Amino acid sequence: MLSQIRPALVMITMMTLLTGVAYPLAMTGVSQVLFADQANGSLLTREGKAIGSTLVAQAFTDPGYFQPRPSAANYDGASSTGSNLGPTSAALRQRIGADATRLASENPSMPVPVDLVTTSGSGLDPDISPAAASFQVPRIAKARGLESGQVQRLVWENVKGHTFGLLGEPRVNVLALNLALDAVAPRRAPATQPGEPVAVNSTDR
Amino acid sequence: MASDILQFILYCVLLTALAWPLGLYMASVFNGERTFLTPILAPVEGLFASACGVDGQKCDQHWTRYALSVLAFNAAGWLMLYAVLRLQGVLPWNPQGLPGLSPDLAFNTAVSFVTNTNWQAYGGETTMSYFSQMVGLTVQNFVSAATGIAVGAAVIRGFFGRETRGIGNFWIDLIRSVLYVLLPLSILFGLFLVWQGVPQNLTHYVDVTTLEGAKQTIAQGPAASQIAIKQLGTNGGGFFNANSAVPYENPTPLTNFVEMLAILLIPAAFPFMFGRMVKDMRQGIAIFAAMGILFLAALGLTYGSEIQGNPVYAEMPVDQTAGNMEGKEVRFGVGNSALWASATTAASNGSVNAMHDSFTPLGALAPMLQMQIGEVVFGGVGSGFYGMLLFVVLTVFIAGLMVGRTPEYLGKKIEAREVKLAVITFLVMPLGVLVFGAMAAVIPTALASVQDAGPHGLSEILYAYSSGTGNNGSAFAGFGANTPYHNTMIGIAMLLGRYVFIVPMLAIAGSLAAKKTVPASAGTFPTHSPLFVGLLVAVILIIGGLTFFPALALGPIAEHTAMLAGQTF
Repeated sequence: MLSQIRPALVMITMMTLLTGVAYPLAMTGVSQVLFADQANGSLLTREGKAIGSTLVAQAFTDPGYFQPRPSAANYDGASSTGSNLGPTSAALRQRIGADATRLASENPSMPVPVDLVTTSGSGLDPDISPAAASFQVPRIAKARGLESGQVQRLVWENVKGHTFGLLGEPRVNVLALNLALDAVAPRRAPATQPGEPVAVNSTDR
Repeated sequence: MASDILQFILYCVLLTALAWPLGLYMASVFNGERTFLTPILAPVEGLFASACGVDGQKCDQHWTRYALSVLAFNAAGWLMLYAVLRLQGVLPWNPQGLPGLSPDLAFNTAVSFVTNTNWQAYGGETTMSYFSQMVGLTVQNFVSAATGIAVGAAVIRGFFGRETRGIGNFWIDLIRSVLYVLLPLSILFGLFLVWQGVPQNLTHYVDVTTLEGAKQTIAQGPAASQIAIKQLGTNGGGFFNANSAVPYENPTPLTNFVEMLAILLIPAAFPFMFGRMVKDMRQGIAIFAAMGILFLAALGLTYGSEIQGNPVYAEMPVDQTAGNMEGKEVRFGVGNSALWASATTAASNGSVNAMHDSFTPLGALAPMLQMQIGEVVFGGVGSGFYGMLLFVVLTVFIAGLMVGRTPEYLGKKIEAREVKLAVITFLVMPLGVLVFGAMAAVIPTALASVQDAGPHGLSEILYAYSSGTGNNGSAFAGFGANTPYHNTMIGIAMLLGRYVFIVPMLAIAGSLAAKKTVPASAGTFPTHSPLFVGLLVAVILIIGGLTFFPALALGPIAEHTAMLAGQTF
């Protein structure tokens, strides 16, 4: 055993320098040159201010905005978590029941798509299903004084299908959709006037 | 539904197509042959070898010495990681000013990463500084995987060695695992991840003002470099708390698919590497087939259960055609969450892209059972394969008993010594899962960690101890594991699950290496036939089933019947 101690200590030191220092720092350097935008969190800016990341859900409570899925993390971008409630949890049944009732009262469409009453794994899911976006269209059209057809068209323009026609699920990025909505029909004048170019990254590279 | 099935098929085809050549390449690496990377890497390899005093050629170790090297290296790694975690508060690259970890959490986390478990009792972005993530955790992501690969290679040598004393040199195997296999793959995969949107920076967490004017803080960090090796090395510890469900870890359907391939790539390459090293590819294909059958069965059960949704909500005005979406991300849906869950628990990876705690009872039973049978369905890098070889030894022993002949495998007689050693390791999973689990179910301080009432609570305990002992690392994350009791007990379970496999397995390899190879005769049971594959699968299911069915009946199966009746707790 004693004869193994020296090689063990030398080896862990050298491996640390290689895989714990050189490797991540080199990867950081190369990433910052090749993919600076993604490497720094795919942040969006409007009028020069950071307004969020395309990859991190943010809360929307205004009836004139598309709302994301409920979040067990309360949309805290620095503390991801799911609800972790089991399928026979009474607390989960109560929460889903209450959310379904509320959504049914706020929106004329029925029934409620399941992703709008279930929390995501991360609590930061930036997407909703196309069905969940369409479900909210009548409410948003009313709140913004727009035609339903116009809002629905925005939804379809923002749907991302299966990658390569196969992988993953069709989805709509809530932040991108709401930015598109603000560009068409400003919500609050004048601070959010469109005009400044909005730097929108495609998340489906 | 149809697109889900198509994705499953594409996954299996691509996995096999990639694992086969990788297995052949790895066989060359561990046979010490020249590969296309040798011109670049040979000088670095020489530098590492000479620094720790290994002479390149005449360095074969007896199995006892090989095992001592493994233990010494892992002990040194544990000490270093423990020190980094405890001292985090005074170390650099800590823009959020996170404090050092408590002694029990640092013990648990250091054990977790050294044993390739990567159980997360900590919270990622809320607990770990960039220094700890890089210099602490990323290092063990590499070297714990390399330890598994090295031991796997040494064990294989035992099966084809002819009256030799040695089974290879641990230090050489370790260096080659990192330089020739893990590091090149991680660099390519890591850059792919950044391109798709995974952060790779050292900046402070970003503060933004949302469209509605609220403040949001978004965690950052050198994530891609760690996530690459986390998947390739069957580690699975998340850079962020919610692991691969977090969009920053797994932003697109494409990253999800490639990460799933990375999870099983090296474990699935091992049977082919074995086939090449023992110079009989049929033997490797037979083991690959047995693993594949068990994997597809688990996937079928999980997917079939999740897609049906949760009958508890059948009466509510909710459209459940998308399936059980609690704890799942929209971009992955039920299909990709079920496939990931099957892959991550088949391999001892343990990263999750959906919360297993919120899976339907039978959807979570399959992942749990894959861990309980000892992580042999592909399994951890190296460790899954040598675990599977234990079942192979047992299967030929049982087959031998049936016909009354001394059993043999690849021309090596399997005798009392090997079978005794195999049986010792088979006792580890029941000890860690059933004994430790039963203790947690009756000791009040331990029981307080359970989140959900009813049978789901027992499932949380079973899952935690299955994951720890099986060195998987995934969790029913509602279970409050970060307590001194569970940090200690799950820590011990992880140590048992790692080293009480490694040491007996090396002993078996050493014992076999010393034996003569007897030529096959008419009475030799062929171990590459479909009959053998079927027998191997049956032995695994019978041992796993008999051991764990009673506990599973009280947990997920009882919960399933309650759920069908619409009962909640």
